[in-house]
Amino acid sequence: MEKAETGFSPELSAFIAEWKDKPGNLIMLLHRIQEEYGYIPRDAAERLARSIELPLAKIYGVITFYHFFKTKKPGKNTISICLGTACYLKGSQALIDEARDILGIEGDEVTDDGLFSIDPVRCLGCCGLAPVLMVGNQVHAKVTKDQLVDIIAKYKSA
Amino acid sequence: MTGEKEVAESRPIGAAPVGAAASGGMVAPVGAAAPGAGAAAGARQYLLVCGGEGCQSWKSEELFLALHQQAETLGVKNEVQIIRTGCFGFCEKGPIVKVMPSETFYCGVKPEDAKEIIAGRIAAKKDVERLVYKKEERLAATTRVPEGAFYNKQFRIVLRNCGVIDPENIDEYIARDGYAALGKALFTMSPLEVVAELRASGLRGRGGAGFPTGLKWELTRVAPSDQKYVICNADEGDPGAYMDRATIEGDPHSVVEAMAICGYTVGATKGYVYIRAEYPLAIERLKIAIRQAEEYGLLGKNILGSGVDFELEIRLGAGAFVCGEETALMRSLEGNRGMPVPKPPYPATSGLWKKPTVINNVETFANVPMVILKGSKWFASIGTEKSTGTKVFALTGKIRNSGLVEVPMGTTLREIIFDIGGGIRGGRKFKGVQTGGPSGGIITAKDLDAPISYESLTALGSMMGSGGMIVMDEDDCVVDVSKFYMDFCVDESCGKCAPCRIGTNQMYTILDRITKGNGEEGDLGKLEKIGQAMTKASLCMLGGSAANPTLSTIRHFRDEYMEHIHDHKCRSGSCKALVRFTILADKCIGCGLCARRCPVPCISGEKKGVHVIDQAKCVKCGECFVSCKFGAVVKA
Amino acid sequence: MAKMTVATLNEHRATMKKTYPTTLQPSPLTRIVVGMGTCGIAAGAQEAWDEMKKSIAEFGIEASVQMKKTGCMGLCQVEPTVEIAVPGMPTVIYGKVTAEVAKRLVRKHIVEKTLIDGHIQDRPAIDIVAYVKASEGEGGTR
Repeated sequence: MEKAETGFSPELSAFIAEWKDKPGNLIMLLHRIQEEYGYIPRDAAERLARSIELPLAKIYGVITFYHFFKTKKPGKNTISICLGTACYLKGSQALIDEARDILGIEGDEVTDDGLFSIDPVRCLGCCGLAPVLMVGNQVHAKVTKDQLVDIIAKYKSA
Repeated sequence: MTGEKEVAESRPIGAAPVGAAASGGMVAPVGAAAPGAGAAAGARQYLLVCGGEGCQSWKSEELFLALHQQAETLGVKNEVQIIRTGCFGFCEKGPIVKVMPSETFYCGVKPEDAKEIIAGRIAAKKDVERLVYKKEERLAATTRVPEGAFYNKQFRIVLRNCGVIDPENIDEYIARDGYAALGKALFTMSPLEVVAELRASGLRGRGGAGFPTGLKWELTRVAPSDQKYVICNADEGDPGAYMDRATIEGDPHSVVEAMAICGYTVGATKGYVYIRAEYPLAIERLKIAIRQAEEYGLLGKNILGSGVDFELEIRLGAGAFVCGEETALMRSLEGNRGMPVPKPPYPATSGLWKKPTVINNVETFANVPMVILKGSKWFASIGTEKSTGTKVFALTGKIRNSGLVEVPMGTTLREIIFDIGGGIRGGRKFKGVQTGGPSGGIITAKDLDAPISYESLTALGSMMGSGGMIVMDEDDCVVDVSKFYMDFCVDESCGKCAPCRIGTNQMYTILDRITKGNGEEGDLGKLEKIGQAMTKASLCMLGGSAANPTLSTIRHFRDEYMEHIHDHKCRSGSCKALVRFTILADKCIGCGLCARRCPVPCISGEKKGVHVIDQAKCVKCGECFVSCKFGAVVKA
Repeated sequence: MAKMTVATLNEHRATMKKTYPTTLQPSPLTRIVVGMGTCGIAAGAQEAWDEMKKSIAEFGIEASVQMKKTGCMGLCQVEPTVEIAVPGMPTVIYGKVTAEVAKRLVRKHIVEKTLIDGHIQDRPAIDIVAYVKASEGEGGTR
């Protein structure tokens, strides 16, 4: 492992070196890469394939199996809206529709300014506070449709 | 059902430590006679008046004011503080007043009773006996029932340290008898004895299926191999359940200790915690716990000088519900797509990397140290005969007091939902409760008195599941909810076996068209047929149980399905395509609020005149329905 | 801390039992326990913590107050939750403790020794371990 992988930060390279020989390391490595880039860029996957000597097809097989891994760059602020059962019953689908309406995006699209994308997620585990959404690491509890504009505005100016 | 009887008896005792503990010296009665409290506060009493939604409808506010007034009139204003509190549960017995520090609990208190309470309890320090809460007929009236149904009906084993210790400080866990079970197992018990203790305790897997934990460990223990593994399944995938997250966040060492005991018992030197990546705080606290345990020599080489080695590593899940299935989880841990494989062979003989593996869920592990420390006899005395111990539930949905509750097995759903949970919010009618999430079924009002156990819930067409308990009221449409769960299963099906991959999709298509008013004659028969085929033929439990929510709602609410199909009607108004909003002419006062709120807009009318909705333009957002203060907008 | 043996672990436990901050044992100190699970933090427990810390410093009563965080108390509906034990007063749990309430809590409950209206919730069940101990009448381990 002499040759440093160009394009990976020293920390990421070190992490890969540390985990390279651990059995079953692939998912942990992908988590680390996504942490670095916010998603898993194609060339990062290719570089990973070379450094741990695993076929790229196998890596993509794993990436696409799991919901958590993204192959497309998300907005600077990902608005994760909970679609767990408790949140669903309290109207989180309406929150998703409203947020998409406000931002003018569909599905996994990113707003033109690159600031926002919407990610419906399965249960953030705050069911007592339903409906909830999360922007970055900040959880917003008992959200109503009316509050969405303000929440989005807050991150727009931040 | 001898076990049940014991639960019933143990409950009042469970509450008693407030008094009893004072003599035991371990637990200070909360608020009661803490040393040093005596002189200064001895005279002062506190009246806590429930200000919860339920009690307010019982005029608790009037009562609150009357108590204040009486305290003033009788000149004891300085001897009592009267305040409003959050809901105590037990709403049907409201309004409720709790006296501290005497811990007396008054039920059904009316404003007229204020004088008697102030003159009796406060001035003369004597209870008003007729108002004191009486615990069914079994118990004589006692003036020392420390109440509050939310906690009193609970019995904490798994959550024993949650909300009590600092989860990032191993010393506090140790102070609460932490790692005593590990010491006991390593130095005074053989692996066979540990297994025997677990088997005698009757502890069963809390992940849902209820396989006896002791037997699982024994099968792994006797499997010959140079390397074995212990895995903790913390991939809590059921949307609407968060017991495991709360357990790890609040008491991570209980899982670490149990896994070390398991390692010793089955002869494994390596363990993994497979945890959802969506739980960053739980992961962080678990990391800290493992590091601290290593520093203290409670993990790693030669644990506590016993010669036993056990190391623990965290592995992250990546958002796949199917990975809650044990064989799929192990494929994922190996770094692959998380697809299940047929059983047998079972993990006990061929699990992770084809080595014998014990895999238990978080809650199961959290029980283990208590079983070892307190003994199987003690554990088996709690709960019912076949389902021993307690179960943690995440109580959510349309319930007043949503929260995390731990109750002895054998508690009824009614006690959980109405006594602990305070019933349905907003005075709506209870419709059903979903246990077991997307794998479970709905339980309706007629079965609310069933005592909770693995067997009883299965007999009711649902299942224990991991502990999500979602309460629905009359505003929730069962067809819509079934569609929601089926959508989830379509999304989460790994695609390996045809019954699940194709079946979930077909069922979703049919449910979707029913909710849109395009249901066809015979659709219910098709749903049942596909559902039964999936149940029988799927490779793993995801497919095997995916039809449960649909099948159970068809069984209990066939008429509602038929209304959707025949009359194109959704009585709860959840299925947007079937809803029609209209304005009642005799109730509309022409304030125009609905017209201003309407986003289309499609509501017209003169000021102070009756308004009408243009059905052709209406997008059925429901804003008018929500905004009308006169009940003039109706949905049908 | 050096690696422990079973003897040193038991010794350590005996010491910790007497000294760890808890509302379950009598103490001359005021004890504040803040529920900091994901739900609590989402609802603003960190802000409440910061505000209390600040207020306590302003009143100059740091020496007589112990603060610590804990996991979920189970009262998800009313997060953030804070348990307070002031010597001579009933131990209570407050719910919906926003930063503003947290500040009031220090002034009214801790300094002026009066309960705050409208925020008290029920307190935790005595857990089963304590129950067994109490009923067996023993204080130690096992």
